Amino acid sequence: MSLTMATEAPHFELPGVDGRDHSLDDYAQFPVLAIVWSCNHCPYVQGWESRMKSIQQDYGDRGFRLVAISSNDAESHPADSFDEMKARAEAEGFNFDYLFDEDQSVARRYGPERTPEVFLFDEGRRLVYHGAIDDNRDEDAVNEHYLRDAIDALLDGRDPAVRETPPVGCTVKWKA
Amino acid sequence: MTVEFLYWAGCPSHPEARELLEEVLQARGIDVAVDVREVRTQKEARELAFPGSPTIRVDGRDVDLAGAEEPPSLSCRIYRLANGRVSPVPTREQIEEALQ
Repeated sequence: MSLTMATEAPHFELPGVDGRDHSLDDYAQFPVLAIVWSCNHCPYVQGWESRMKSIQQDYGDRGFRLVAISSNDAESHPADSFDEMKARAEAEGFNFDYLFDEDQSVARRYGPERTPEVFLFDEGRRLVYHGAIDDNRDEDAVNEHYLRDAIDALLDGRDPAVRETPPVGCTVKWKA
Repeated sequence: MTVEFLYWAGCPSHPEARELLEEVLQARGIDVAVDVREVRTQKEARELAFPGSPTIRVDGRDVDLAGAEEPPSLSCRIYRLANGRVSPVPTREQIEEALQ
């Protein structure tokens, strides 16, 4: 079950593709934090990756940070192994941290169902938006920019008008 | 002509792909009963050489030959578009070409 609105972000400490461990506390200096469940193999994620990079690029100097986490079972989906994550991050020039939740314990605490799936937290690390990045997998057909709108609201000191949307994408690949 | 539509319910792209397939068939005036099969297990995926959902075959030939080479898997399938982007469904052009 996913986190409910206003719930505090559960702690995590996970290895990143940059060779360092990253914990929730490491992002304390960023007033707005988006944790996006992600992976390598999913076409929905691949379709949204450029938008994830653009959002980090556009808001990175305004106190925002995007962190991607993959919890997929790399045995059933070898394309989602840590080595493949490192390769993809380098090949695609990710400008955000990409972390591996190998034992899926962090995913069990947050409760994502899909990739990509966004959990956006305010400065107090309370959940303020959960769901899709925007309303269309086709970048050219987007009408509603849910994540950008929610970030704008937080940076302006407002609550997001839209708090929850259904995530669209591949299922998280749980271990058997 | 035979047209097969194989899908895995865990990937949300199959309704869109099925609708696109039916649109193309109708537009081209092809009256054929599409053989729709749900792939439920990894064993079935192996037996059917199912490289991901959705998979469309015309007379046994995949509409995306490159993607057909991927290992059998219960996952969403990646279709590569001419503009370099990726999509979870094949393009209209890929389906039309396979039906020629």
